[in-house]
Amino acid sequence: MIEDIRIISRRFDLPQSHTLAVARQHGAYQSVKTLTERTPESIIAAVEASGLRGKGGGGAPTGAKWRLMEGDFDGRPKYVVVNADESEPGTFKDGHILSKDPHLLIEGILLTCYALGAHDAYIYIRGEYYERQQILQHAIDEAYAAGILGQSIMGNDYRVDLTVHRGAGAYICGEKSALLESMEGKRGHPRLKPHQKEPEWYFGNPTLVNNVETIATVPFIVTEGAEAYRQYGTERSPGTLLFALSGHVNRPGVYEAPFGTPLMEYIEHYGGGIRNGGTLKAVIPGGASTSVLTADEAAQARLDYESMQGLGSALGTGGIIVMDESVNMVEALKNLMAFYHDESCGQCTPCREGTGWVDAILARILAREGSRDDLKKLLDISETMNGKTVCVFAPAASSVIDAMVQKFETEFLRYLDTGGAA
Amino acid sequence: MSFTWTRAHRAELDALKTRYTSPKALVLPALWKVQEQEGFLPLEGIEAVAELTGYSKAEVYGVATFYTMFRLQPQGRYTLQVCKTLSCALNGQGTILDHLKERLGIEVGETTPDGRFTLTQVECLGSCGTAPVMQVNDTLHEHLTPESVDTLLNTLMDKGGSL
Repeated sequence: MIEDIRIISRRFDLPQSHTLAVARQHGAYQSVKTLTERTPESIIAAVEASGLRGKGGGGAPTGAKWRLMEGDFDGRPKYVVVNADESEPGTFKDGHILSKDPHLLIEGILLTCYALGAHDAYIYIRGEYYERQQILQHAIDEAYAAGILGQSIMGNDYRVDLTVHRGAGAYICGEKSALLESMEGKRGHPRLKPHQKEPEWYFGNPTLVNNVETIATVPFIVTEGAEAYRQYGTERSPGTLLFALSGHVNRPGVYEAPFGTPLMEYIEHYGGGIRNGGTLKAVIPGGASTSVLTADEAAQARLDYESMQGLGSALGTGGIIVMDESVNMVEALKNLMAFYHDESCGQCTPCREGTGWVDAILARILAREGSRDDLKKLLDISETMNGKTVCVFAPAASSVIDAMVQKFETEFLRYLDTGGAA
Repeated sequence: MSFTWTRAHRAELDALKTRYTSPKALVLPALWKVQEQEGFLPLEGIEAVAELTGYSKAEVYGVATFYTMFRLQPQGRYTLQVCKTLSCALNGQGTILDHLKERLGIEVGETTPDGRFTLTQVECLGSCGTAPVMQVNDTLHEHLTPESVDTLLNTLMDKGGSL
């Protein structure tokens, strides 16, 4: 039996939960009142000790990322940027925070800025989230009017200004360096990774980029302590995640659960099982960048980074897409590859060309004009796309292709063996 | 055609400028305002953004072409953006798209002759739990059925007629 644990989503169901009045009645900004009585180091240490991992898909330790911001950097300003460019297919949890509890995010931003010595924060929100942006902006305006944001946050001698920056429809801007390029007024081309660990840079200034949910977890950790967070989840994946459930389930939606929850129990308990009493065929566990799991694999899977990795997939964003036995996996892969082709930023040749070729070959296979050679070609292209580009977009596409072709090969062969060209 | 910022937009951009360390950061916010004013991005608007930010016209044009939500051509009064990605595809977006094509008598990428509707397909709108979805200009419509699409189109046609 699954126990409801609500750290991020505890105010989600309250009427008018997005307003300052309701949020404050239910505990918002408690941690900010006496902010300057805490040391910045104590906040960083709590986040580090909590084992919090980035909730935007990568799962990197947040505390370690924050430590990269330590130091004077020749007196240059430091920035905090919140990644709200949620665009990973199957993922819609940050949108819930923005529209249901924007004040939780703002509280997290205040704590993060203070801990890192930043005074200017930005939220980069995807262009399509226009209505959610209106709610967020209203919350920010309310916070300014109440003296929670601005020159002296809640009476503390500390300034934080918060600005919303609207994207314009480019998936790749969810990659943190592409996001910063975009915020510098350029095309969203990911940057080359540095040789050693260092912060991100915004106009040459040290910058932290964290996902919405990651920042929204900080108030709980600061208020309740690192151990309170660690009591949920697993040793290596502590705490909870807002998983997003879609596809062929009875009750799609966003439900928070501790890491380590068995995948099928989660689907049964929150999703109400497979739609129309159908049979499970496959699950994409963490957004469209993660490898598909067969029903057998799904039965063994737990919702944590290590379990998914052990099954050759990844936890990613926790965007779970459930597919019943009616799904044609060749069509499903074609759908995903059309996405990759559309969204490749075009900077690296293997990705720009590879995603297009894969998309075209799959179209040919679906038209029953493919050959067995095409299947081999798909895997060859996939290999060329893996590990030879600036960012992980192409390697993700590559792993998606490999898993789908290998695990559901008979479905592909059925097209080829009845096809004219085979 | 010429392009001039509205007074409100000019003031908003001036205020926004103080939030950033460089005027170059204003490219996206300023392009959004041009599009809001004109319905698309005319070259004169792109020039105005270049002037504001210190980028060259070519650089701003490059940015305008990179992001799918920026339009370089005028579009219908209502741009219907039907999500085509996996969760919506699993939940009947094909039926919705076919229905729209039939009702409007146009293909994807086309605009109705009266200039009211442009039909497009877009990648994941981030609302997979309420699939199938489409966005009409900036407004999201969820749990679509052919019937709910008809109701929506009728409402929009009534609004469009009052123009």
